[in-house]
Amino acid sequence: MQIKTMAEYAASGETPEILFWVGCAGSFDQRAQKITKAFATILDKVGVRFAILGKEESCTGDPARRAGNEFIFQMMAQNNIAVLNGYEVKKIVTACPHCFNTLRNEYPELGGHYEVIHHTTFLQQLIDEGKIRMKEGGSFKGRKITYHDSCYLGRANNIYEAPRKVLEALDAELVEMKRCRSNGLCCGAGGAQMFKEEEKGATRINFERGREAVATGAAVIASNCPFCMTMLTDGVKEQGKEDSVQVLDIAELIAQQIA
Amino acid sequence: MHIIQELLFVIAFGIAVYLFSRKARQIRQNILLGRDVQLNDEPGQRWQNVLLLAFGQKKMFRNPLVAVLHFFVYAGFVIINIEILEIILDGILGTHRLFSPFLGGLYAVLIGCFEVLAALVLIGCAIFLVRRNIVKVKRLNQHELDGWPRSDANYILITEIMLMLLFLTMNTTDQALQLHGHEHYLNTGAFWVTGPFVSLFTGLSDGTLVAIERTCWWLHILGILAFLNYLPYSKHLHIILAFPNAYYADLRPKGKMENMPAVQKEVQLMLQPELASTEPTNGDIPKFGAKDVPDLTWKNLLDAYSCTECGRCTAACPANITGKKLSPRKIMMDTRDRAEAIGAQIAKTGSLPEDGKTLLRDYITEEELRACTSCNACVQECPVSINPLHIILQLRRHLVMEESSAPQEWNMMFSNIENNMAPWKMSPDDRDKWAVEMNG
Repeated sequence: MQIKTMAEYAASGETPEILFWVGCAGSFDQRAQKITKAFATILDKVGVRFAILGKEESCTGDPARRAGNEFIFQMMAQNNIAVLNGYEVKKIVTACPHCFNTLRNEYPELGGHYEVIHHTTFLQQLIDEGKIRMKEGGSFKGRKITYHDSCYLGRANNIYEAPRKVLEALDAELVEMKRCRSNGLCCGAGGAQMFKEEEKGATRINFERGREAVATGAAVIASNCPFCMTMLTDGVKEQGKEDSVQVLDIAELIAQQIA
Repeated sequence: MHIIQELLFVIAFGIAVYLFSRKARQIRQNILLGRDVQLNDEPGQRWQNVLLLAFGQKKMFRNPLVAVLHFFVYAGFVIINIEILEIILDGILGTHRLFSPFLGGLYAVLIGCFEVLAALVLIGCAIFLVRRNIVKVKRLNQHELDGWPRSDANYILITEIMLMLLFLTMNTTDQALQLHGHEHYLNTGAFWVTGPFVSLFTGLSDGTLVAIERTCWWLHILGILAFLNYLPYSKHLHIILAFPNAYYADLRPKGKMENMPAVQKEVQLMLQPELASTEPTNGDIPKFGAKDVPDLTWKNLLDAYSCTECGRCTAACPANITGKKLSPRKIMMDTRDRAEAIGAQIAKTGSLPEDGKTLLRDYITEEELRACTSCNACVQECPVSINPLHIILQLRRHLVMEESSAPQEWNMMFSNIENNMAPWKMSPDDRDKWAVEMNG
């Protein structure tokens, strides 16, 4: 596989169909790198001509902004917009709902206007168009999968159906947690909590969510966010179920089953 | 005798309306302490929100049983106001059941409907009292409700029950007097709910019945006028403010944070210094984020006055569920309390108070603010379109940008982003390492 950067495309005078915005977690976090690789594999297999920014990508500024540091956010955002506009980027796909939210909702008023799409929606479109086909007798067939709505895809952007439609394509049995869709319980990472200790309390938010997810009896917890991934993995460990319950990103599930 | 009653009524009514409008003006001034924001775009969508969220109480139906009971109480209270119109006119004109001769047989049907609603209000309020005080539903018994807020809720429910009982007793004795052939009590026919109870009263003398009927009439209307004046001091103000609050609700995706144009411009000048000479400079040093009520927007303050302290936000808050100090409901209650305190001070001295207090710290602590995951569950749940998250994020902006007050880990995250373009201490050169690995 040859993953090309925007700079490489530009140098050869070509334009990719879409920019894959990897995000910091997807770039640096070892677990999230697997999600990135799974998604890139799918794009390659389906024949989507995509590019990454590579070393030219920076944090969108989301955690700084939500922690209250608007200066850092503005610096990141304006630099990113300059890079994106420099390459005349039109369409962006990302596997991180925080990047998705910032690029889609917060960059336009700073001069960055792009069609931004989350990878679960993109996968759903590829499935609908028949570009992604699943293996016969897939290994998730009939197995219980529960889906965790990330706050930044769900409540923040009202995307509840696309990820579920992708999971339906696996022929698995989708079981919902008690708190799902717009009632979904946060994993505990948003609002820059990922980067600090939780405040004092009776328990951790990801333990609470992990307990709820494990209680569904699902063998797989499907997530759509690298931060939820970290939180839920720890939540499952706390329940002592790391051997029987897997936390997998929707892209990883599809990458395993794509024909 | 009649003329004295009319006079007394007009005086009572006048005082009630005067006091209410004075307090309403005060609240309006308090709300306008907030900074200005433009929330007038897309009127079509806004009116739709008023219809669905305020009139239709759409979000209440996330819990259908409670929603139906609440709808009875709400519809009952709104529709019975038509009857209040007749009562007020009767009071002013010294008439009795003014509309009856005009409406004929329809009158009994109309009053019948009101009576059914009154009975439903009564049942609804009784169940709500049980939920609060006997079943002790968790969100209705959390510690931020200790003291006045808990009593406030009970006073409202008890008052509504009393008003409905007075209305129904008045109607029952009225019918008893009709059966006695009392000349002043025009024949309306039996009413739906109270009709069967009339026989309990027919044994009483005309004098006693008239006394009961008049007492109920007076207590009912005086009770309503008193209740009207209780509203602005109570969480019950939501019955009025839910409507404007739905209209002015933010229409953008919930994930979008408010931009800070002053910071945007400053960073722009830093990155493109060549723009600096062409930009007119403005001497004001902008304030970043919010420390006190006047730094918030007027919509934040309208939110605070619209809050009925139901606690759906807090019950959905992941921080609160897991025992953290944060409660979105408390954020709203604190904001209102602080706005009231500032408003009272301005009314007294004509200027902003110098009581050394601020919303941040004296009301809302850093620990509460730092527990928020910005998950938007509180915003999603609120039936009257309140956004506690907006207040939390503005207070956080003040902490970080005006006071450099952040947990050490956040400061490291900031410096990592600034220096390494990522929140972790990773080399920017490794950002595409995964791709290099895949490219082989």
